[in-house]
Amino acid sequence: MTDTKTAPLRDRPTTRPFTTPRPRRYSAWKRQGWVYAALVLAGAATVLPFVWMLLGSFKTQGELLRRPVTWWPQDPTLDNYVRWFTELHIDLFFMNSLIVAVVTVLGNLLFCSMVGYALAKMDFAGKRVLFLLVMVTLMVPGVVTFVPLFVMVSKLGLVNTYPALILPFLVSPLGVFLMRQFMMGIPDSLIEAARIDGAGELRTFTGIVMPLCGPPLATLGILTFLGSWNNFLWPLVAAQSEEKYTLPVALSLYSTGQNATDYGLLLAGAVLVIAPIVALFIALQRFFIQGVAATGIK
Amino acid sequence: MVTTETRRADSFRAVRPPRAPERLGPAARRRRQSVIAWLFALPFVLIFGFFMLVPLFSSFVMSFTDFTSKDVRNPLGVGFVGLDQFAELFGNEQFVRSLLNTGYFVIVGIPLTMAVGLALAVALNNGITRFRSAFRVGFYTPVVTSIVAVAVVWRFILQPDGLLNLILGWVGIAGPDWLNSTEWSMPAMIMMAVWRNMGTLMIIFLAGLQNVPVDVLEAAQVDGANAWQRFVRITLPILRPTLLLGAVLLSVGFLQFFEEPFVMTKGGPLDSTLSVSYFTFNQFGYGKYGLASAASYVLFVVIALLSLIQFRALRSKD
Repeated sequence: MTDTKTAPLRDRPTTRPFTTPRPRRYSAWKRQGWVYAALVLAGAATVLPFVWMLLGSFKTQGELLRRPVTWWPQDPTLDNYVRWFTELHIDLFFMNSLIVAVVTVLGNLLFCSMVGYALAKMDFAGKRVLFLLVMVTLMVPGVVTFVPLFVMVSKLGLVNTYPALILPFLVSPLGVFLMRQFMMGIPDSLIEAARIDGAGELRTFTGIVMPLCGPPLATLGILTFLGSWNNFLWPLVAAQSEEKYTLPVALSLYSTGQNATDYGLLLAGAVLVIAPIVALFIALQRFFIQGVAATGIK
Repeated sequence: MVTTETRRADSFRAVRPPRAPERLGPAARRRRQSVIAWLFALPFVLIFGFFMLVPLFSSFVMSFTDFTSKDVRNPLGVGFVGLDQFAELFGNEQFVRSLLNTGYFVIVGIPLTMAVGLALAVALNNGITRFRSAFRVGFYTPVVTSIVAVAVVWRFILQPDGLLNLILGWVGIAGPDWLNSTEWSMPAMIMMAVWRNMGTLMIIFLAGLQNVPVDVLEAAQVDGANAWQRFVRITLPILRPTLLLGAVLLSVGFLQFFEEPFVMTKGGPLDSTLSVSYFTFNQFGYGKYGLASAASYVLFVVIALLSLIQFRALRSKD
């Protein structure tokens, strides 16, 4: 009995969560039992909208309108999904979302690391100003810039093109901040050694610094992908015809347009938008959660 | 620091055969590093400057002009109207309404989300010993989803005879027609926002709870403090910077809310869910770019003030 009580303490002495020591075994169990019950209830409530979405997406329009409400689909159908692929070109929107997200991620990884390296490990005139600008623009909301951005993109003749969807998000102050913070922690001696060995800055950057930057690159990559996949206001403004819609734009326009009451179709659409990112989240949850902690705390 | 580095470099150079391009004076070498550094920064500076700084500045300038969609062809030909756009804004009932709605959303939504996020974090950290990561994944999942998609789902759930009212009916409550009621449309949106954002705060607060020293809590318990007293007297004060950080971070997001009313209510009924972002978007749609810029700048000033608070909080932490 004493063994099981002290073992976790020995394993993680510094970050071990504080749990009330248990004077009497049963009362402690009961107390934890209540917390578990409350958490299971809260968890069920949290997941319920997703479950409801998934169940609904397999129901026919008739069943969705039927009362009393049915929980399990009575005659399950794939029609709602089929219509997305055959009538509504969701494959096109999916590819648009994917192309925009992937290019945005690659741009952020490369360009933000480059500035991050300069800011963290080089001395140059204007360094303070550059860093200050990055910090000041960390929280500029998209709603402030989209009007002039649209005017600029129009003047350039880029409305309804991939560059219009991608370029405004190709770099981010947050990315620069993340990369710089991490690179500050790389020992100077390592970089000095490379320089003395005759490596130029580019060699030092690609050969020494970047291979060490796995964790912040993973964080930045995931945050950028998530932001791009769920981005709405700018794609709504910049994509003006179907062939450039991203998934959220397409879903929002169908859900407020002529299909507004076709809930089977809309729920299937929501599944198709949400499923890839939730799958990605569950596969890479450690990095997602690190990312939030990193941006929130540091 | 710099001198020892250069001296070390020099001593190495004495051993090796000196190469011509490296034989530069310290000033020239510094100039050379400046050039290289700016080359590294160049792609970022160009894109960031053109797509962030220029629009940010233009938006500011546009809010003092009568810019409309007709001026896109010749943007430099617009007339300056001083503060007229701002005067029109604050005389516009819809805008004032959108300000009040946004305030309502933030002032009610933030404390609720914080309370739920904190409760989850404390429960996961102190209340249980197993299945922590499973619960964490569950509560965090709504955060990664597209607001547009979940708004579609919630619109379905919030129908007068939808899932929520069905469940409320089990406990004898006759739920309202959430999204068609001027009174209940906003609470419905806040409910969804709490659900979607509690995970973010849970993670941030969980990280903050790691800073609460275990021995202090144990000492307090030995001295007879109960769980609630320990939480209020020890945990909360230590958590204060984290709470502030979470509040500011989330407020910045909440202040911009747009997708929820766009998908769920179109800003209605009777403008009861019209947000400042939505108002801005609508003015943009009507071609009133000057007015839209002015409205967005009002929002920006609020967000900038909040960021300033966060900046100060961060600095005082170090």
